[in-house]
Amino acid sequence: MSIKKQYDVVVIGSGPGGLAAAIEAKKGGADDVLVVERDVELGGILLQCIHNGFGLQTFKEDLPGPEYAQRYINEAKTLGITFLLDTMVMDVTSQRKLYLSSRDFGYLEVDARAIVLAMGCRERTRAQVRIPGYRPNGVFNAGTAQRWVNVEGFMPGKRFVILGSGDIGMIMARRLTFEGAHVERVLEVQSYLSGLSRNYVQCLEDWDISLQLQHTVKKIIGKDRVEAIESVAVDDKWNFIPGTEEIIPCDTLLLSVGLIPENELSKKAGVILDPVTGGPFVDEHFQTNVPGIFAAGNVVHVYDLVDYVSMAGAGAGKSAAEFAIAEKERAARYIPLVPGKNVRYIVPHKLDKKALEQGDISLQMRVTRPIEEDVWLEVRGDENSIVKRSERYVRPGEMVTIVLKPRMAAELEKTGKLTVDIYPKSEA
Amino acid sequence: MQEKYDYIVIGGGVVGAMIARWLSRYEGRLLLIEKEADIGMGCSSANTAIVHAGYDPLPGSLKALMNVRANPMWDQLAGELNFPFERRGDYVVAVGEEELPLVEKLMQQGIRNGVPGMTMIDGPEMRSRERDINPETSGALWATTGGICDPFQVTVAAAENAVNNGATVLLNTEFQDFIWEGNRVIGVKTNRGEFFARWVINSAGIYSDNVMHKAGVRPEFFIKARKGEYFIFDRAEVQIHNVLFPVPSSRGKGILVTGTLHENTIVGPNANVIDDKEDTSLTKEGMDELIDGAKKLIPNLNLRASIANFVGLRPMGNGPAWTPGLNYNNDYVIEIPSNVQGFVNLGGIESPGLTSAPAIAEMVVDLLKDAGENLVAKKDWDPIRLARPRYAHMTHQERRLLCDVDPSYGRVICRCENVTEGEIIAEVHAPIPAQTYDAIKRRTWLGTGRCQAGFDMTRVVAILARELGVSPFEITKRGKGSEYLYRKTKDTEVTDVN
Ligand SMILES: Cc1cc2nc3c(=O)[nH]c(=O)nc-3n(C[C@H](O)[C@H](O)[C@H](O)COP(=O)(O)OP(=O)(O)OC[C@H]3O[C@@H](n4cnc5c(N)ncnc54)[C@H](O)[C@@H]3O)c2cc1C
Ligand SMILES: Cc1cc2nc3c(=O)[nH]c(=O)nc-3n(C[C@H](O)[C@H](O)[C@H](O)COP(=O)(O)OP(=O)(O)OC[C@H]3O[C@@H](n4cnc5c(N)ncnc54)[C@H](O)[C@@H]3O)c2cc1C
Repeated sequence: MSIKKQYDVVVIGSGPGGLAAAIEAKKGGADDVLVVERDVELGGILLQCIHNGFGLQTFKEDLPGPEYAQRYINEAKTLGITFLLDTMVMDVTSQRKLYLSSRDFGYLEVDARAIVLAMGCRERTRAQVRIPGYRPNGVFNAGTAQRWVNVEGFMPGKRFVILGSGDIGMIMARRLTFEGAHVERVLEVQSYLSGLSRNYVQCLEDWDISLQLQHTVKKIIGKDRVEAIESVAVDDKWNFIPGTEEIIPCDTLLLSVGLIPENELSKKAGVILDPVTGGPFVDEHFQTNVPGIFAAGNVVHVYDLVDYVSMAGAGAGKSAAEFAIAEKERAARYIPLVPGKNVRYIVPHKLDKKALEQGDISLQMRVTRPIEEDVWLEVRGDENSIVKRSERYVRPGEMVTIVLKPRMAAELEKTGKLTVDIYPKSEA
Repeated sequence: MQEKYDYIVIGGGVVGAMIARWLSRYEGRLLLIEKEADIGMGCSSANTAIVHAGYDPLPGSLKALMNVRANPMWDQLAGELNFPFERRGDYVVAVGEEELPLVEKLMQQGIRNGVPGMTMIDGPEMRSRERDINPETSGALWATTGGICDPFQVTVAAAENAVNNGATVLLNTEFQDFIWEGNRVIGVKTNRGEFFARWVINSAGIYSDNVMHKAGVRPEFFIKARKGEYFIFDRAEVQIHNVLFPVPSSRGKGILVTGTLHENTIVGPNANVIDDKEDTSLTKEGMDELIDGAKKLIPNLNLRASIANFVGLRPMGNGPAWTPGLNYNNDYVIEIPSNVQGFVNLGGIESPGLTSAPAIAEMVVDLLKDAGENLVAKKDWDPIRLARPRYAHMTHQERRLLCDVDPSYGRVICRCENVTEGEIIAEVHAPIPAQTYDAIKRRTWLGTGRCQAGFDMTRVVAILARELGVSPFEITKRGKGSEYLYRKTKDTEVTDVN
C-alpha cells in the first residue's frame, strides 16, 4: 500500500463516529480520505459489543454491534477510502500534521487538509473512585473484561462482583452469566441506575442478578488475586453506614464507573476542552477551536445510542470535506516564486494569482554573486517572459526589486510558477 | 542442586543489587537470590525516589554518614548504569512564620552532616519558583544537591550490570535457613535447593531481622513495617516539577508533593506503623491524610486527576546508634558480626536507603577487605550498562530510525505511555528477564498512565505468552497466584460454581 504525504481528510479512529465521518467526507468530494485505527480491525468499541440493541434508529433493525459496524465498513470499502490498521496516531499539531506509528508502515508523517477526531472514550479507573484495600490482579474495567470474553475468548474469573450500574457493567453481568460464571452482585453508590432501564430489565432482572443501590466497595481483599470484597451501604452523601459491611467472596471485581472522552491527542493539537463534557468545544459543523480540526462521537461527549454517534460523525465528515476542498482551492490559487539564475532568494515566496487585481506587487531579492556589467532582470512564466528590465550591475550587498503590474494579470493566470533570472546582457 | 559460590546476596532490592554490582568488579562467583518473581518488588520500587541531600538524618548516625557519602556518587553511577537521574534540588517549605525556625534548624543539621549547597530562600522567592505553593509560605530550605531518580530502573540497572559481569540472579528463590560448619556460614537452604558460598550477605529488606536471627545474630533486633501510601497524578492535568517537602515531624519527613522523572506528580507518603509486613493495602484514612498533607503545600491541587495509588513499607529497625552515646535507636546495621563467620549483616535500611545504596555497597566491600578477604579486581570488569530504547522519550527522527531497524518498535501497546511491542520483547529477553506483567510495567512504565492498563492488558498478556512460550493461562501479574485468565469461553466441560 502506498501512503501519501498529504490527504484531504484524515480520520483518527474507526468506530461508528470515524467510519461515518470518512464516508461522508468522501461523498462530500474529498479525494483522499485516510482512516487511522490502532486496533487490528475496523469498528471501534462496537467490535466487542456483541449484544444487540444497535441501529434501531438508523436501520430500524435490532443489530449486534459488529453487524452495525460492518454495514459502514462495507460502504466505506466501496468508496475507495484508505485504511491504516494497527497504527497509532502519536501526535497531531495545530498545523494538521500527524505522526503515525505502526509495525507494518514504520513511523510516518502525514499532512491533512482537515482532521476528524474520532478517538472515542476510555473507562474511568479504580483510582478515580478511590477504593481502599490491596491492589491484586482481578480488578478489571468492565470494558477490558468485555474485550477478553468477546474478542479474545477468555474468562478472566469465576465469581464476579460488579461496581457501578453503567451499561457496560450490566451487559457484562449477563454475558458472564451466559458463559457459566457467577455474578454475585452489582453495587451502585447512587440511589438510581446509571445506565439504561432496558439494560436493567434484560441483563439483571431476567437473570436474577441482584442490584444494590446506595452500596459501594469499602475494601478489596486478597494480595495476589482478589479473594473477596467488603461492601458497605452509604447515605445520600456517600458516607459509609457503619454496621452494614458485608464480605462478598469473589475472584474478580469489575468496574463500570463511567467513561471519559479520550482527548490527549486533541490537547496536543491545541484543541480546547469543555470541562463539563471532557470533550472539545465544537460549533454546528463539529469544528473545534482549531481551524480544520473537527470532532465527532464519544470523543466529544459520551453517547448512549450509537445511531447518534453515526449522525454526528457524518456531520463532521461533511464539514471536514468542505474545509479541505476550500483549503485546496486556496492553495491552488498560489504560485511559487522560484529563484533562477544568480538569484539567492525571492520575497514573497509565493503569490496569490488574484493579487494583481488589487494593484502592484514588488518582488524583492538578492543575487548570489556580483555582475559588474549590464544585466537583465527577467521574470518568466511557464511559457512566456513576463517582465524584463535592465540594470548597470548587481551586487549581493544591494537588494534588487522587480515590480509586477496589474496589466500582467492575464499572464499570471496561465502559469504554474514564476522564475526570476539575473544574467549579463552579454550572455543573452 | 548443589552449587558453590564465593558470595551469596540475599534479597534483590536496590541495596542487594548495588552490593552485587560492587562485588562483581572482583574475581569470584556471585549469586543473588530473590524470593519474588522479579527483583525490586519490595520497597525499592515503592518509595519517593529522592536522592536525599543529607540534612535529614541525625548527625552521628550511620544513616547520615551513608547519605552524605552516597549523594555525590550518583552522577557517575547514573552515567555508568544509564538510569534516569536528575539533580533537581529540593525544598523544605515553611508554611506560616512559626515553621521558619524549624527549617533553619534543619539547615544547621545539614551543615553538621557536611551537606554542601544549601540556602534559605524567602516566601516571595519560593512563590516565584512554584506558583501553586501555599500563599502563606514564609520561606524554604533550598538544597541544590537533592536529586530524583527512577528507583526501579536503578535496581534493574545495577543488577544487570552485575549479571553482565558474571553474577547470577535467581528469581523465585527464597532463603529459608543457613548451612553451617561450626560457627561459620557456608551456604543457604532455599525453596530451590542448597547453595554454598564463602560469604552470605543479608540484604533482605523488611525480612532482614528474620535472616539475621537464623544466623544467631542480634536477637533483640526487630523490624517493624511503617506504611507509606501515595497518590499519582495524571501529568496532563497536574504539573508540579519541584520536589517539595513539608517541615518534618517526629513521624518522619512528612507528606511531599513532588515531580517524578516520569513527570507525574506524586503525593505521599504518610507513615503508620503496622503489624503485618505484607500489608500493602490502601486505607481510606491514609488517603484522607494524604489529601490533607498535599493541600498544606499545594492548596488547589486537582485531586480528581489522580490516576493510581501505591504503598511502600519502610523497614524500620531498632538498631542502636552507630556513634556510641547518641540517643538514637533507629540506625542502620551494616556489619560483619563477631560471633558468626562468613556473614555480612544489614538491617533497618529505611530511608534514605535508596540514596545510600551505593555507599552501603562500598562499605560492604570495605568490611570484607577488613575481614581479610583478598579482593582481586577483574581485568575485564565493565562498569557500563546500556539502557534500552524508550520510544516515548524519542524524537520523531529517532523513532523513524528505530522503526526502520526493528519494526516491532512501531507497534504501540500502551496508549497512554506510548510503550511499544519492541520494548516489551527486549525486556523479556533482558539479562534479568521480565516474566510478569508488573515486571514489564516497572521496566517500561507501561500501564501506569491514565487508563491504567485498560488498553494494553489483553495485548501484553498475549505478547508475554508468545515470547515466554507458555499458555496465556500461565501469565501472571506478579508471580504465582496472580494469574489473569481462568479458562476459555464456551468451555462447557467446566462449571464455575457448585
Ligand atoms: C460496552 C458498550 C455498550 C454499548 N451498548 C450500546 C447499545 O446497546 N446500543 C447503542 O446504541 N449504543 C451502545 N453503546 C454506545 C456506542 O457503541 C458508542 O457510543 C460508540 O461506539 C462510540 O463510537 P465512537 O466512534 O465515538 O468511538 P469508538 O467506537 O470507541 O471508536 C474509537 C476508535 O478510535 C480508535 N483510536 C483512539 N485513539 C486512537 C489513536 N491515537 N490512533 C488510532 N486510533 C485511535 C480506537 O481504537 C477506536 O477504535 C455502547 C458502548 C459501549 C462502550
Ligand atoms: C514509603 C517509602 C518512601 C521512601 N522514600 C525514599 C526516598 O525518597 N529516598 C531514599 O533514599 N529512600 C527512600 N526510602 C527507603 C528506600 O526505599 C529503602 O531504604 C530501600 O529501597 C531499601 O532497599 P533494600 O534493598 O534494603 O530493601 P528491599 O527493596 O525491600 O529489598 C529486599 C529484598 O529482599 C527480598 N527478600 C526478603 N526476604 C527474602 C528471602 N527470605 N529470600 C530471598 N529474598 C528475600 C525481598 O523480596 C526484597 O526484594 C523510602 C521507603 C519507603 C517505604
